[in-house]
Amino acid sequence: MKKINKYTLISFLSVLTFVFIWWTATDLLKLTSPTTLPSPVKVFQSFIGKLYQTNPDGATLLQHLASSLKVALSGYLLGVFIGVPLGILMAWYKPVDYIVTPLFDLIRPIPGLAWTPLMILLFGIGLMSKTMVIFLSAFVACVINSYSGIKSTKPVHLWVGETFGAANWQLLTKIAIPTAVPMIFTGLRVAIGASWNALIAAELLASTRGLGFMIQQARGLYRPDIIIVGMTAVGISGAILAWLVGLLEKLAVNRRR
Amino acid sequence: MCLEPSREIMTNSVIKCENVSKQFYSDGEMVQVLEDISLEARENEILVIFGPGQCGKTTLLKAIAALEPATGGTITINGKKKTKPGPECGLVYQTIALFPWLTTMGNVEYGLKVKGMGKKERRERANKYIKLVGLEGFEKSFPIQLSGGMKQRVGIARVYCNEPDVMLLDEPFGHLDAQTRYLMQEELERIWQTEKRTIIFVTNNMEEAIYLADRIIVLTNCPAKIKQEFKVDFPRPRNITDPEFLKLRKEITGILDPLE
Repeated sequence: MKKINKYTLISFLSVLTFVFIWWTATDLLKLTSPTTLPSPVKVFQSFIGKLYQTNPDGATLLQHLASSLKVALSGYLLGVFIGVPLGILMAWYKPVDYIVTPLFDLIRPIPGLAWTPLMILLFGIGLMSKTMVIFLSAFVACVINSYSGIKSTKPVHLWVGETFGAANWQLLTKIAIPTAVPMIFTGLRVAIGASWNALIAAELLASTRGLGFMIQQARGLYRPDIIIVGMTAVGISGAILAWLVGLLEKLAVNRRR
Repeated sequence: MCLEPSREIMTNSVIKCENVSKQFYSDGEMVQVLEDISLEARENEILVIFGPGQCGKTTLLKAIAALEPATGGTITINGKKKTKPGPECGLVYQTIALFPWLTTMGNVEYGLKVKGMGKKERRERANKYIKLVGLEGFEKSFPIQLSGGMKQRVGIARVYCNEPDVMLLDEPFGHLDAQTRYLMQEELERIWQTEKRTIIFVTNNMEEAIYLADRIIVLTNCPAKIKQEFKVDFPRPRNITDPEFLKLRKEITGILDPLE
């Protein structure tokens, strides 16, 4: 216990030192102008202000966050609900594997973000185009991980099932899928990170609301304080999302192993 | 603990292998693994198949279970030709192969669940066999929480619970330490004395073979052929220091191939 406290203290001091250096360079020594790098105090004030002010981009921080979350989660869930079953089917049924895998291998190396221009042309800069970009990012991670999860089923476990007279679908649902559960959850965790990244990037390119939009507007207006507030919000909410999925994973996996 | 025989070995054969052979191609070369193996196991007996490591014993069991069918010959179980895997053959594996995501109960009742048996009946039967292998109180443990010997007891209960016509045990104690292995041999003897089953037991350990067997079939090295059959008819439970035990041991040792 004592040891953990010591390391927590060191980590805390490290962050504190960083903020202190930042503050020294800006507020104390005035090495930078406030339109390039603001002081931590100014950023904090902007953060508080942004909680209730809609200036200069038309919405409060939480409204932007809600908008971003809505897009990210709809794309993510779509990716999960299509990607996980597809990955499972590809791994289990040879014909599906032969038909889908070549197509999947074509889109797999394309970064989600690279779809943005095409999606904007197809669906405009609204919810739909970004949802599709995020869907593709999440989808790829979900397919790959559930595919390898099913493929990692041990032959001897399948033999156990076969000698008990299990039908093919029982081998899938009662042996292969339980084997794959930890990897499926890894996929979900990777996908939430990928979704969040893709969303912010897509919003930077084209949007009318959202954290990425807020950051992009602030850049045009020379408001680095709001940029940093936006970045921090992106970081914290991304971390919280990953933590929530990790929590789900723990509930589903650790209980059994 | 003297359990001497309340058992009866019937004369009808449960399982019959006739001229079973298996070959496959590897790198363009034909490899013969099993050659002309004919054997039968009678109801409620323990038939031990003894042979050197890698000689094809596991291949023979897999062929019997039709997991990897033989390329020649026929295998019949209770008169029915065995062509695909099914619940009439239960396997206990060297690697134990419990499902790590299921508890002891979940593993033991697995076969019954596959059959679609109702929960109450299933639980009742599973409990009986969990008790038989001495794992009462561990119903809710996951495999990772059990020791090697306990895990293999779950493996045995899992097969028992499904009530197959024949149980195939593939070096089931091969991964256990010497001490546990010895205890598990006694344990298997006890379990089998309580609930008789037809067992085909594969091993490369001679003491284990003589301790458990009603008959021992000695295989040659690859390709596996039947070298000789031994009847073990002295009373159970056996003692490895008995003169009879040692005599048989010497006899079997005498016919083994020298190391190449």
